[in-house]
Amino acid sequence: MRDRRPSDERAASLSRREFLKISGLSLSLPVVTDFRVMRVAGAEVKIFGPGKVPVTLNINGKAYTAHLEPRVTLLEALREEFHLTGAKRVCDRGTCGACTVLMDGKPVYSCSVLAIDAQGRSITTVEGLMKDGRLHPIQQAFIDNDAQQCGFCTPGFVVACKAFLDKNPHPTPEDVRKGLGGNFCRCGTYMGIRAAVLQAAHMQKGGASHD
Amino acid sequence: MTESRSSSPAEYTWPERGHRRLIGKRLSRVDGPAKVSGKATYTYDVHRPGMLYGKILRSPYAHARIKSIDTSRAERMPGVKAVHIIQGPGTEIFWAGDEIVAVAAVDEPTAEDAIRSIRVEYEILPHLVIDTDPQRAGDMAKPTAEEIVGDPDAAFRQAEVVVEGVYGLPVITHCCLESHGLVAEWEDEENLLVHISTQAVSSIPNQMARPLGIPAGNIRVKMDHIGGGFGSKFSPDRWGIVAARLSKLAGGRPVKIMLERDAELMVAGARPSAYGRIKVGAKKDGTLLAWESTSWGTGGMGGGGRPPLPYIFEIPNQRKQHTAIMNHMGSARAWRAPNHPQACLLTMAALEDLAAELEMDPLDLFLKNIELTGRRAEIYRQELQIAADLIGWKTHWHPRGDQSHGPMKRGLGLAIHTWGGRGHASNCDLTIHPDGSVEIKLASQDLGTGTRTGITIVAAETLGLPMDRIKVMIGDSRYPASGPSGGSTTIGGVSSATRRAALDALDQLFAKVAPALNARPEDLEAVQGRIRVKGDPGRSMSWEQACATLGGMPLTVRGRNPGPGNLTSSGVGGVQMADVSVDVETGVVRINKMVAVQDCGLIIDMKTAESQCYGAMIMGIGYALYEEKIMDQLTGRMLNPNMEFYKLAGLGDVGELIVHMMTGPGYDERGVIGLGEPPVISPGAAISNAVANAIGVRVPFLPLTPDRVLEALHKKGGHHATH
Repeated sequence: MRDRRPSDERAASLSRREFLKISGLSLSLPVVTDFRVMRVAGAEVKIFGPGKVPVTLNINGKAYTAHLEPRVTLLEALREEFHLTGAKRVCDRGTCGACTVLMDGKPVYSCSVLAIDAQGRSITTVEGLMKDGRLHPIQQAFIDNDAQQCGFCTPGFVVACKAFLDKNPHPTPEDVRKGLGGNFCRCGTYMGIRAAVLQAAHMQKGGASHD
Repeated sequence: MTESRSSSPAEYTWPERGHRRLIGKRLSRVDGPAKVSGKATYTYDVHRPGMLYGKILRSPYAHARIKSIDTSRAERMPGVKAVHIIQGPGTEIFWAGDEIVAVAAVDEPTAEDAIRSIRVEYEILPHLVIDTDPQRAGDMAKPTAEEIVGDPDAAFRQAEVVVEGVYGLPVITHCCLESHGLVAEWEDEENLLVHISTQAVSSIPNQMARPLGIPAGNIRVKMDHIGGGFGSKFSPDRWGIVAARLSKLAGGRPVKIMLERDAELMVAGARPSAYGRIKVGAKKDGTLLAWESTSWGTGGMGGGGRPPLPYIFEIPNQRKQHTAIMNHMGSARAWRAPNHPQACLLTMAALEDLAAELEMDPLDLFLKNIELTGRRAEIYRQELQIAADLIGWKTHWHPRGDQSHGPMKRGLGLAIHTWGGRGHASNCDLTIHPDGSVEIKLASQDLGTGTRTGITIVAAETLGLPMDRIKVMIGDSRYPASGPSGGSTTIGGVSSATRRAALDALDQLFAKVAPALNARPEDLEAVQGRIRVKGDPGRSMSWEQACATLGGMPLTVRGRNPGPGNLTSSGVGGVQMADVSVDVETGVVRINKMVAVQDCGLIIDMKTAESQCYGAMIMGIGYALYEEKIMDQLTGRMLNPNMEFYKLAGLGDVGELIVHMMTGPGYDERGVIGLGEPPVISPGAAISNAVANAIGVRVPFLPLTPDRVLEALHKKGGHHATH
């Protein structure tokens, strides 16, 4: 979340009291089709909703638009509006990682990001990892090491592993154990995932880089 | 074509060792690419035209009577298309989270708003959500009659050593990552299409037919992939029927209900608890003489299961009594290996405590009494020795209580388990098309165990084709019926049906092409994409040429299980050992290493078989260390219906895991036996035993959380060297 635009920076610095005041205000506003700008505590703040607002998201290099209520999460937008169902809804509150996507290259829990806040960001979902019909080395490594059973956590793990390797191209097994604690699997595929990450790191080291 | 090998059942066999090209090899699952790319479609991902979103209002009270329900505001809300009262005024509610009212709306936020607008008045009734003490259950405790084997009184008198302890494990949840749910839609007045997350594609129509008042044949069930079941997804559930009713009210529009995470944990899966006061009597040399158990547990209003005690070791003299506690914690469901993990902990912990009292290595105690395990004694003996080697038992085991300095105490523990796993009833239709392509259809389901892959391997092996030439179609109730995936019965059932179908199809194909090869049908074989004369490989034709002789009509053969030949059987043995470190200052338990040695007859795919064992050990580490459905005594609600506080094991929590599958003579010839349940049975007991070995005292109840570990250390008393 480091690449915030200035207006967001101000919004993020609002105190909880001020935020509640704005929320109260916005509830009493008539239905609008776009955000309004209000001055709160000396800062300009965008007010969305409570009705649907136009939202444009850049997902896997393509622009997607929809009319969404401001309370709709990025995960819901991906799944229900754009039918990109690779990211899964499991815990729905930022614990399990099944909804992991990349936002400007960094892994986020898309259940905990509002769709309106994801505008202007470059979003990559598991559907965007294949290039020219070829699996990403991480994906191939998941298959080779059977890092999946029911497969419901798999897309989130694949994306998390990609982000992890982007940041740690030469991980030790200990790095893997520590770095991939943000995703849960119920079937118990961690042994395969550990092996898959190390295999993918090895392949990327060997020049078989995918992107 | 009537030529068939069914006249000679002995011919329905698995290929001999040395003649297996694919069976038993390490092969990647066939749906791997779909799963890693996000293309695999789960019920949660199904999006139908005009689909509505269903939501359910649930009871906040564990025990109450509904006084009144006001849905008028929801009904007037724009976007709400159907409102259905599931349980009306006057109904008694027996657990928090039970379904009261359902709505269907154009989108989820609207459905949520509608649910929030509904007003329900309850008469709150007294609840019971405790299961650790049968005394407090009053008339909700249902004791069974005492059961006697041999002469326990005489045997306890004869015993030179008697140990007694209390052990137990709480209710845990299934926590499937894909919650329970479905999309139901009326295709017309009489016909229902259901996409549902289920372990039982073939039996869902029949379960929905009666409540909906239509014939089962009018209900079509579909499911491509399922995000976990573990025993909790055999029924359409009440919300499944409700979704169909909402769809009807909304003119047939598809209605999707997927449970929210809190509902999933509160109402959609719970493993019964089990506790027991166990007494074991033995001779000084470790010979087991007598067993006495007073056990209890709950599975909600159903009372729960009864663990088979003593587990595996048929101690000659026994006295056993079990009490089922009915309470308001919510209904139990089958959870991987029902009743076995409970029985395993209660038995193996008691035996390990006995070994400690005898100052005996528990491995020696187990081996000393191995004949009490019955017909699998030799399997256990072999497995115990392999597991001991793999974990370094002889090097690392020490008498109870790690005497080394410092707060980190290391210990080893072991447990053994068993399960049935005979293949269930299954049909399949195998079709060979004149162009040489092959497809197999059956209304089975792949829970992530590798069912599709197993079917593919068996067909490819039998027909002498590469795996990518076989198309497996499952997950549609219009396909030939196949059993539910429960109790480790699927792989034995579907592999046997597929093998029979493929052998019969091959016979019919051989009969067609034999004249062209100037040979008798029984002299032909299918190898490497060719049909050839045995012992004379020069006389052959390609698979495609052979299939072309079918003319315009594809060849379809029905395979069945059970059927002729012994392709599946029942009964496996497994051993697990755990190596743990416990910080006696913080009470935190870490898994250093675990070993699983497992038998499951003939293995179809070594890679996915090993995955079952790794996964089961990890699930076992979860319930040994972290998982518990924690109930609030005051409100009767579950306190942790989420994934922050209902904690699963994470990637960094599971240590080093080693799996060794038993194969070869003594194993392969028993045919294919399921593997889903057995390896999840032992981890709780093995880890509990390892912790006792490390810290010198038994932590009686799972999960072995820091507070429980510290409490046990406190009760043990004494000073723990921390310098």
